Amino acid sequence: MSLTAKNVAEILKLLDESAFSELVLETGDLKVHLRRGEKALTRNEAPEASAPLVRSGIPAPAEPPRIAPAPPGLRDVPAPLLGVFYRAPKPGAPPFVEVGQHVEETTIIGIIEVMKLMNSIRAGVCGELVEIFATNATLVEYGEPLVRVRPVD
Amino acid sequence: MPIKRILIANRGEIAVRIIRTCRALGIETVLAVSTADRNSLGARLANRALCIGPAPASDSYLKAETIVQAAIGSGSDAIHPGYGFLSERAALARLCEREGVCFIGPTADQIEAVGDKLRARLEADAAAVPVVPGGPVTDPAQAQMLARRIGTPLLVKAVGGGGGRGMKRVDDLCDLAEMIDLASSEAGAAFGDARVYIERLVTMGRHIEVQLLGDGLGGVIHLGERDCSVQRRYQKLIEETPAPCLSPMLRDAICAAAVRFAQHLCYRSAGTVEFLVDVEHETFYFLEMNARIQVEHPVTEQVSGIDLIAEQIAIAGGEGLRISQDQVRLNGCAIECRINAEDPMRDFAPSPGTVTEAIWPEGEGIRVDTHIVSGASVPPYYDSLLAKLIAHGADRTTALARLGKALGEVRIDGVATNIAFHQAVLGDPEFVDGGVDTGYAVRFLGRASARAGV
Repeated sequence: MSLTAKNVAEILKLLDESAFSELVLETGDLKVHLRRGEKALTRNEAPEASAPLVRSGIPAPAEPPRIAPAPPGLRDVPAPLLGVFYRAPKPGAPPFVEVGQHVEETTIIGIIEVMKLMNSIRAGVCGELVEIFATNATLVEYGEPLVRVRPVD
Repeated sequence: MPIKRILIANRGEIAVRIIRTCRALGIETVLAVSTADRNSLGARLANRALCIGPAPASDSYLKAETIVQAAIGSGSDAIHPGYGFLSERAALARLCEREGVCFIGPTADQIEAVGDKLRARLEADAAAVPVVPGGPVTDPAQAQMLARRIGTPLLVKAVGGGGGRGMKRVDDLCDLAEMIDLASSEAGAAFGDARVYIERLVTMGRHIEVQLLGDGLGGVIHLGERDCSVQRRYQKLIEETPAPCLSPMLRDAICAAAVRFAQHLCYRSAGTVEFLVDVEHETFYFLEMNARIQVEHPVTEQVSGIDLIAEQIAIAGGEGLRISQDQVRLNGCAIECRINAEDPMRDFAPSPGTVTEAIWPEGEGIRVDTHIVSGASVPPYYDSLLAKLIAHGADRTTALARLGKALGEVRIDGVATNIAFHQAVLGDPEFVDGGVDTGYAVRFLGRASARAGV
């Protein structure tokens, strides 16, 4: 399936009129992630490398937190190192985890590659996975939240 | 291939310095930062800041794989290593070569050739550049024989050392074997290389170095010398160009020797050859080559009008040397004071903290290279350099007057600084006369504390 500009406009209109602030639409190899009030529009395998880095000449805080801190009762799992994040063990394979599933502390939530060295990333917390922030095959910074979990005791 | 986006693998004032040149050239910047530097001036000025790890340098600024991954992942086509950290680690340059990322600096082989001090001595010999009498140590008997020929006092030095680390002084040859053992085990622990060599200790020496630019094909030019003799524990505090009270003949010979050395290596990028100048005998010896941009590069920029970072980028981008030796014009005199967050009252102990207020001077011939603005933090994990205050004038008297006035205008609250030390040195007749040797700063501090009755 491919999306036309008209489809996107309609989806945006639906989201605008709805009570939701966020919409994730996934069909085949296409993923659309819309979030209201922010500039985050990510596509699968976004060509980060070629995106121009434009910023005005006035010094401003460099990286405003792209994701608000976890609200009470939720916990974010930060990237333990900088590298390229992968949601699945290999291209085409099913992702390690999906939103809504239960994770244990030892559950692998993804892989971070640093110069061809693959590092398994574990949840480190037990609970329900409520959100996945990191986009597949893109660079994540040290400390960047990868997923959000609602911990259970 | 022209460079469009540079990942800067450094912090502090040099990160800001590199960003400024990149901005002027229309090159985008990605700054690698540790968690301690997330809110630094460099992180604000760069087009993008990428957090590479926690505060300790060994977990962030010293991780070559992470740096190269950050460059590739951010679409940067080149890495500028600045000074310190990974700048002279052949491993980073080699990783860049392997991954097709442009390293703004010399080749990995060149870094290795000058990083091993014994090999550098051999290269100097091969380039007909005089070295301090000395040589490698193989066994105690050979060391004794060599030491007798060199004479005392002498220094036992670590092959993998530098910047004053891993050195032992020997005044009596009875102590030689013991000092070699000590230096060797220390060197093994500190540098992972237990090899040591011995060298004559030149007691009255001036530290004079030559700024070079090489195209990597054998083309090398020099941009004059710098005198960095005001040092304490091998840390430079004041640097100036031209070196005062140096005969034109000796200056020309030193610059020519430096060019010869770099030509011999087919050196690429900006580099500096350091010499120890024996004042009594009007001779000079090769000390080492620094295969990077140096802290004190601005004094050379002020007198030459050449942006050394821009030339590094041009060479890395394949443009070669854009200036010929004939086109180099050195005008007037420039002097730099390193303003550090350290407390002269407490034996120059580092003074980390938050700078509550920072006011830097402005004026004719004044340049300040800094990352410190009001509210900036000085983390305890890194060096204590706050700023470099540089004064340029038509002659040394003018530059000194401007520097003195500018120092008086600096205001730094929240951390201790060595500004009072600089002001005192600038008022000392021996320094004002010019041509002090590397023992000067320690003698000066001794005189000052004697006067204070401490």
